Amino acid sequence: MIRVVHYINQFYGGIGGEEKADVKPEIREGVVGPGMALKAALGAEAEIVATVICGDSYFNENIEEASAAILEMVKRYNPDLFIAGPAFNAGRYGVACGSVCKAVKDNLNIPVITGMFIGNPGVDMFKKDIYIIETANAATGMRQAIPAIAKLALKLAKNEDIGMPKEEGYIPRGVRKNIFKSERGSKRAVDMLVAKLKGEKFETEYPMPDFDRVAPNPPVADMKKAKIAFVTSGGIVPKGNPDRIESSSASKYGKYDLTGVNDLTAETYETAHGGYDPTYANIDADRVLPVDVMRDLEKEGVIGELHRYYYSTVGNGTSVANAKKFAETFAQELIKDGVQAVILTST
Amino acid sequence: MRLELGNIFIKDVQFGDVTKVEKGTLYVNKTELLEAVSGDPRLTKIEIDIAKPGEETRIMPVKDVIEPRVKVEGPGGIFPGMISKVDVVGSGKTNALKGVAVVTAGKIVGFQEGIIDMSGPGAKYTPFSKTQNIVIVCTPVENLQQHEHEQAVRMVGLKAAAYIGEAGKNITPDEVKVYETPTLMKGMEQYPNLPRVAYVYMLQTQGLLHDTYVYGVDAKKIVPTLIYPTEVMDGAIVSGNCVSACDKNPTYNHLNNPIIEDLYERHGKDFNFVGVIITNENVTLADKERSSNWTAKLAEYLNLDAVIISEEGFGNPDTDLMMNCKKISAKGIKTVLVTDEYAGRDGASQSLADADKSADAVVTAGNANEIISLPPMKKVIGYLEPADIIAGGFSGSLKEDGSIVAELQVITGSTSEIGFNTLSAAEY
Repeated sequence: MIRVVHYINQFYGGIGGEEKADVKPEIREGVVGPGMALKAALGAEAEIVATVICGDSYFNENIEEASAAILEMVKRYNPDLFIAGPAFNAGRYGVACGSVCKAVKDNLNIPVITGMFIGNPGVDMFKKDIYIIETANAATGMRQAIPAIAKLALKLAKNEDIGMPKEEGYIPRGVRKNIFKSERGSKRAVDMLVAKLKGEKFETEYPMPDFDRVAPNPPVADMKKAKIAFVTSGGIVPKGNPDRIESSSASKYGKYDLTGVNDLTAETYETAHGGYDPTYANIDADRVLPVDVMRDLEKEGVIGELHRYYYSTVGNGTSVANAKKFAETFAQELIKDGVQAVILTST
Repeated sequence: MRLELGNIFIKDVQFGDVTKVEKGTLYVNKTELLEAVSGDPRLTKIEIDIAKPGEETRIMPVKDVIEPRVKVEGPGGIFPGMISKVDVVGSGKTNALKGVAVVTAGKIVGFQEGIIDMSGPGAKYTPFSKTQNIVIVCTPVENLQQHEHEQAVRMVGLKAAAYIGEAGKNITPDEVKVYETPTLMKGMEQYPNLPRVAYVYMLQTQGLLHDTYVYGVDAKKIVPTLIYPTEVMDGAIVSGNCVSACDKNPTYNHLNNPIIEDLYERHGKDFNFVGVIITNENVTLADKERSSNWTAKLAEYLNLDAVIISEEGFGNPDTDLMMNCKKISAKGIKTVLVTDEYAGRDGASQSLADADKSADAVVTAGNANEIISLPPMKKVIGYLEPADIIAGGFSGSLKEDGSIVAELQVITGSTSEIGFNTLSAAEY
């Protein structure tokens, strides 16, 4: 038997409307409100053992405390599956459903699911983290939402393969998965071309993302006093690649000390990068990470100093998400170390 | 320009006394083949083996794959500028040994060689698990520089394919396909009411082991230009690169470019397939601007209504893809792009390194970062050890029992950006 805990707000819990939106979380044994329909849809394989009820305002104004309290309540019932909502177009309820689901998933490591209208602010906040069944914008859509939630919830609980968003009814999570199609790519391209020429409907296989363009910072006012750091995606590492940074699709970066290093030589540095002929970088790694030139500029007083550490990874095939994560981490260190500017070298 | 491509279907490959094709079997005289490919002092040892579909065989690290072809009638010979003189190819008759491939393998050149599994889960991702493979394993002299190594192995592959192709010269093909592209004026007269379509064929030219050759010319030194589609079928374009195995175009794929085939398929019905614009993927901004300006200018010059643009490689060339798309679209010409994705091992990252609103019709060949497990194979042609360091591998990819856990990126031809396969990706 799959043990389920269900989360609903004060309205669906029968406590009251907006005037009761500030009630603190509580847990009741068994089903409450929409839990009845959910119980029926889940059938004999699952049992709703308890229902958490929380006021929407209380939750949104006390997210950390409320989440922690709810987690404790849920934990006591030792569930295999957690279902929240559906929240339809109720914004605060949607955010609460998403937050609680994510907290339960992260802390209790059990499958979670909720349901929302596509325009609910909770969708954009949580669609990447959890499965959200797409619902109508009002509670009139309950009859359609509940069976869809129950069906996918059972699949998740039984660790079955999850189909595409359209088949299962959930909101696309931004996760790309490989699939085999019936036609080869070239044929699909020609078909798409003909459809586009004729003005017929066609579906792109990769919708363009919102591309993250970074506006440059204002220039450094006084270079003579500036502390400059090196960051490279050209894979320059101390000889032997001590951190074993991958030649492609890097999962990590290295931080290396340049104290006393005035020149990178074939004996001391090399590249871990697998995306280009490494011969010239290995003979003289200054070609990718020009430490020698920076030391000259230090001596000439053009710059204040070269920062003690440089950060290095391999850009080859490395996902944008990884690259972003690396930079977010070491950018904090660079700021803390008083670095005013960074020279980014690629290959 | 008109080419009759004669397909000779080969069902089996065996070593024999005479190199010949008989009743669908290709016999290869190993000694003669060795003689045809040896002579380069940069290689100390060349070994030849055969791998067949369904066998428990793993070939790695794989450099290039080439289909044996031979010119039967008409000017020039196969691989002009590389093996044959630089006559204009693409007309007359050419015979191809279908179902056979020359595979070059051996000590790693760069980091970007690939894996071909002849059976098991890896086999479904590579087109070369379905071909009878004549595998040539080359061992370089010690301390040979990578670009010299690459060139030596490249030439061995082309020579081997040309030698084996000769066996098809006097054979009556099982099937003849006729491909014809008229001159611009004739095409307009012939199909006055059909939309005009061309193929913008991006060639990998980032340099430093990422090179493609057109009639023997390093394509990073060209400006975009026109080529008849049938010239490509005679080997006018050959691979000389070590881009990640999954999405580089091996010479085999250039010869059999499926976008060209599928455009021909509907030529004269849904559109007038005017021809091919080849362009490059150089690394400096000035080069990128110049080349994308030029493709857009040629597209306009040819009075096109639509183009298909294919990429080779990933990351840096994503910008070339988007610049081509943006500038051609801005001329009022419709575009369809073919690419693959690097969405991270979890599939949650942004897939391309660049994006543009005009790219609203994209075919994807799959996420090259997705993890695959390849069980051990009974036989290994080449070396397993590079599994940890080739692009797509990571520390610990190679397990003690010979199995490999790595990104799909390691499989030769798996995410072909000229649409060779049925693999795609979707949002979940």
